[in-house]
Amino acid sequence: MDCCGGGNVLLYSCSGAADVGCIADRVTRILSKEKVGRMTCLAGVGARLSGFIASAQGADRNIVIDGCPVACAHKGLEAIGVTPEVYNLSNYGCKKGSTPVNDELVEEIALRIKNDIVNYKPVGVVISEGSEGCSCGGNC
Amino acid sequence: MKKFEILGTGCPKCNMLQNLTEQAAKELGLQYELKKVTDIKQIMNYGVMITPALVVDGQVKVAGKLPTLDEIKKLIQ
Repeated sequence: MDCCGGGNVLLYSCSGAADVGCIADRVTRILSKEKVGRMTCLAGVGARLSGFIASAQGADRNIVIDGCPVACAHKGLEAIGVTPEVYNLSNYGCKKGSTPVNDELVEEIALRIKNDIVNYKPVGVVISEGSEGCSCGGNC
Repeated sequence: MKKFEILGTGCPKCNMLQNLTEQAAKELGLQYELKKVTDIKQIMNYGVMITPALVVDGQVKVAGKLPTLDEIKKLIQ
């Protein structure tokens, strides 16, 4: 649990029923375990539970891993007024209904998405030195 | 009677949110009870992933940032 409202990165997976939904879920769990961000429940957002909505609205980055071009996780966040950073497995060579779920593929995609997340630079946003962190002067 | 809950592990911003919420309630003349929730498991039961957070009558109004006094007044009315 991070405090002070700085450096908060939340991860959402579509976790859908198809093979790519399963891969998206497993990839997101790896990213969460590796502390790229913290995985939270897309279902909570879909159910419009206030804690999940407020957390998404207060996070510095909301990252979604969608399995297919239907993009449920992306649209779920947009439906509550949050524009997420989107990684869709269809852009990583996965095709819904014909992608075998195995450890090797999951780990490979997790690594590729992790690199993309780390190298992500938002368009039109100037990040100045010292702008990161929670600004509480090390008191939290 | 309004019921406020401040979710957070006790960092300066959590304490500031509590102070501002009490100030806002007093300036609005609201009757209230305020509870601090510091246990992470309890906090996560609200679906809150980032703190501080303000809960008003069971609804999480804000999480992960410190609203201004005026913003809090709007949230708690």
